[in-house]
Amino acid sequence: MSDASPAKVKRRSLEDAPVRVVSARANLPTRLRNLWSRHELLTSLIFSDIRIKYKNSTLGIFWSMLSPALTLGIYDLVFSVITKNGYPNFALYLFAGLIVWNMFMGAVNMATGVIVDRAGLVKKVSFPREILALANVGASVVYFTIQLGVLCLFLLALGRAPAWGFLWILPISFVALYLLTASVAIVMSAVTVYLRDMRHLMEVLLQLWFWLSPVVYSYQNTIAQRLHDHGLTWMYFINPITPIILTFQRIFYVKTTVFSTNPPHPAINILPTWSMSSFAFMNLTLLGIMIVLFLLSLTIFGRLEGNFESEL
Amino acid sequence: MVTVIDVENVSKQFKIHHERSQSLKERLLHPRSGSTEVFSALSDISFSVSSDETVGILGHNGSGKSTLLKCICGVLQPTSGQIRLRGSLAALLELGAGFQTELSGRDNVYLYGAMLGLSKRGVDAIFDDIVAFSEIEHFIDTQVKFYSSGMYVRLAFAVAVNVDPDILVVDEVLTVGDERFQAKCVDRIRTFQEEGRSILLVTHQADQVRALCDRAIVLDGGLMIANGPVQDSLRIFREHLLEDAVEHDRVGHQAEVSIDSVTTPTGSFDVRSGAGMHFDVHISSHTAYSGNFVMELFTRAGMLVSRSDAQGSPVNLKPGANQVGVDLPQIPLLDGVYDVNVGIVDYHGTVIAWKEQAASIQVTYNGREGGLVELGASIRQL
Repeated sequence: MSDASPAKVKRRSLEDAPVRVVSARANLPTRLRNLWSRHELLTSLIFSDIRIKYKNSTLGIFWSMLSPALTLGIYDLVFSVITKNGYPNFALYLFAGLIVWNMFMGAVNMATGVIVDRAGLVKKVSFPREILALANVGASVVYFTIQLGVLCLFLLALGRAPAWGFLWILPISFVALYLLTASVAIVMSAVTVYLRDMRHLMEVLLQLWFWLSPVVYSYQNTIAQRLHDHGLTWMYFINPITPIILTFQRIFYVKTTVFSTNPPHPAINILPTWSMSSFAFMNLTLLGIMIVLFLLSLTIFGRLEGNFESEL
Repeated sequence: MVTVIDVENVSKQFKIHHERSQSLKERLLHPRSGSTEVFSALSDISFSVSSDETVGILGHNGSGKSTLLKCICGVLQPTSGQIRLRGSLAALLELGAGFQTELSGRDNVYLYGAMLGLSKRGVDAIFDDIVAFSEIEHFIDTQVKFYSSGMYVRLAFAVAVNVDPDILVVDEVLTVGDERFQAKCVDRIRTFQEEGRSILLVTHQADQVRALCDRAIVLDGGLMIANGPVQDSLRIFREHLLEDAVEHDRVGHQAEVSIDSVTTPTGSFDVRSGAGMHFDVHISSHTAYSGNFVMELFTRAGMLVSRSDAQGSPVNLKPGANQVGVDLPQIPLLDGVYDVNVGIVDYHGTVIAWKEQAASIQVTYNGREGGLVELGASIRQL
């Protein structure tokens, strides 16, 4: 009908526009490219997630510091004051491990149900679905950064310095942590669509995972020797979060051998006495494994997302 | 002309679980419980849309039109085949699907913009246009959960049409909002057309297709049964609708009625503007049937000129051949060809028999007025 309209405005030429293909299954490079092309959406989602979480609460974003501080206080009370584990500056030791654990657990907890919860969006708007889980991870990174800032202030207040020589390993360790968190979050978000029980199961699994990681106890001081005697050390280190926590503790708690606050003040090995190069090697190996894990998680997600529509 | 949407042999199958077992316990205890049926929502669909074109997708509920649209938008992946898209695409599948009700209208505009592929700066540039179009200036910083449903939809539509897409995909969203807003939406779609963008419009309202589309595709049971000029596609759509209706009618022991032809006493459908016209509609019926007679008159561009009142013209059909006479005492139309659709509907308005383009009236006009209707205005200076 518009054939007769003389004032037809010619817009841009579409000949040069890129062609996008929607087909049965996108391969991994395509998935990564699609993800990257929507990084603006990811940023938007991260900040809307944070805004929604603290909307209508008086203290707002302060809760992201307050609630870990309270958790830390409770653990400190239980282990340092009540059961008297004798670790000096136990709050600092706890802080270094909790900051890692909080990032992992916070993101995984949120991401497990994210696709089910946002079914309306998933069924109606086109975007790489992994972004929903990645937005939860991104929000966790923001909280992590805030907590890291508080940890630095804490160090200042105690008049202690981090292990400067080890500091360059921190980014490697953090990227490994990010990839681990993202991989678990992405896979869990998709699996929950098919098995809704995962949400409840995950709560328990995360608790178990927490106690398998050396956050509130010292790996070196408690179980290292026994694991070594039975040749089971490798089993403990299957848990990829353990080397990350040990690295953070090494960097922020610094001391490997301390004197117990309990009389008669014996010396205790609180952290492994590994050299800097062993820490670097451990973290680089872990990073390599985590990159593979992340790519694997995207592939698994790609397999699972095909039937979201009929399951949601 | 560039092909912007190229759908190639696309099929989509869904697994339907008859006993949904989504709990871990169910899966562990009964790994193979519940039968799974494969339902084919789309089978081997191929077509393409060029830039500049507005294509309607027609089909009744369950015909696969929404599935096809979701595949094109990338919400669903086809089971086989592929779709190639050129240029940016904005989809209005469900208005406000991306909204977070806890956030303000402003935050949601940015979030929704990001979902449609815009950067923050990109949204900044069109933010004022969006707010102006949506007409909710005063509430833009209010949380969306306090919006009325109309405000919600207006804001979502405003974002989608302002993101400057090369391809706009619209799924039955033009039926929302009040009449004034609907008119505004249709206006915007016409602007899009003038700007040479492609539009894919899914609907089951034939009028909208006639009014807006250059071409129409008809889906039925996951198969593409028509892809061509609007008139032809609409005829096929109506006929298929009827086939289905007749199947239902058999169960309900209702009449089988069909419209055979439309004739004039002279055999010619040419008429002078302002003159009268008479034509006869030949209807055959297997049983006695009482219903209402409906007639529609359309311009070739697809605009509805007139539709007779369905409740006003009862007919009592007897078994065998029947004839209904239609008298148009004075046709005030100007030059042009007008298509006549006739049909029989029951007292609830359900179509019993229909003939699309049963006749085409050729009107000749020698006066000086332009447009569609001769008003015969006399103008004098006072």
